[in-house]
Amino acid sequence: MEEQKLILVETVCTHYQLQFSFIEQLEEVGLISLVRENEVVFISEEKVSDLEKVLRLHEELNVNLEGIDIILNLLNKVGSLQSELDEAKKKLQWYSGEL
Amino acid sequence: MDFIDYYKALGIAKTATPDEIKKAYRKLARKYHPDVNPDDKEAERKFKEINEANEVLSNPENRAKYDKYGKDWKHGEEYERQQQQHRKSQGRSGQGQGFSGGGYSQSDFSDYFESMFGGGGSGYKQGGRSVKFKGQDLNAELHLNLRDVYKDFPQVLDVNGNKIRLTIAAGIENGQTIKIPGKGGQGVNGGPNGDLYIKIHLENTTEFHRMGNNLHKNVELDLYTAMLGGELVTDTFDGKVKLKIAPETQNGDKVRLKGKGFPVYKKKGEFGDLILTYSISLPKNLTEKERELFKELKNLR
Repeated sequence: MEEQKLILVETVCTHYQLQFSFIEQLEEVGLISLVRENEVVFISEEKVSDLEKVLRLHEELNVNLEGIDIILNLLNKVGSLQSELDEAKKKLQWYSGEL
Repeated sequence: MDFIDYYKALGIAKTATPDEIKKAYRKLARKYHPDVNPDDKEAERKFKEINEANEVLSNPENRAKYDKYGKDWKHGEEYERQQQQHRKSQGRSGQGQGFSGGGYSQSDFSDYFESMFGGGGSGYKQGGRSVKFKGQDLNAELHLNLRDVYKDFPQVLDVNGNKIRLTIAAGIENGQTIKIPGKGGQGVNGGPNGDLYIKIHLENTTEFHRMGNNLHKNVELDLYTAMLGGELVTDTFDGKVKLKIAPETQNGDKVRLKGKGFPVYKKKGEFGDLILTYSISLPKNLTEKERELFKELKNLR
């Protein structure tokens, strides 16, 4: 497995002024994933930007956690539709260039 | 630098109450927030605009000033005096509740805003929690020619004064984004650095069309070679190839040259195919003799 840098959830909580229970709630809804080792809880460094995005949506747009989950799912869907559309456009360009 | 109609930006009347301003702002912020509009420059522009509008209109002092001098900000001693007064009162923080968005900082206010309300809007830091832990992610674009990425392409980028060496692997797709971890903005309080995302734009000035790993090309064939067969030399992407033309080759017939296409991304030594489509050119300006021979051919059929 590739090495991943971990950050203590406590550090994260201090920085963002969050309750530990809130982070756990985020995990329960499936918005972030945590790593547990010897009863110490970490978050992977890679996931910090995901966490920040969740926090922004929650605090700046007043979206609740379930709502954020829906938004993220829809954004994923939009992303894959977008790349499908790009692919289709490329093909169309190619075929119309042929005629 | 033009006058910006902040009321129009929020879609409200000049008589709007503070509550209406807040409501309009919140509604538009939900629509244009960068986190829900990834990679959308137009949304980002709108988002900045409504933030700026809210910054001004949600603060009674600023709103009054804007209403009074906004349109004529260029003229008048009144405005000058206002400016001086403003300088004195700078440092008092506004009550606008702002948004930080994805990697967006509020120093991006317009020149108009800055000339009206002072440099950088630094006195009006957003009220929301904007402390970041992870450094800002940076986005860059790299424009390359299709020829460049036929082989691994070493490149030195200058990102905010930092030289970053990287090699674009052969066979990268147009529009593909490369992530370079840790090369974005610096983290805060021991937080990780942001990442650098480089979006690749490929320009194709070659006679080849690229479809995935395959290359397509049209090859012109004269009528006689098509009918009788023969040989033809044509360019591949990085060389030449001698083609055997089968007798009675038809217009639109295709041949596939295995392994003569584009390199497969991050799979050294693997290549797509080159697909050639024959397009037969018919003779023009026939001589009398040729016409007769064609007639003869016609009568044979």
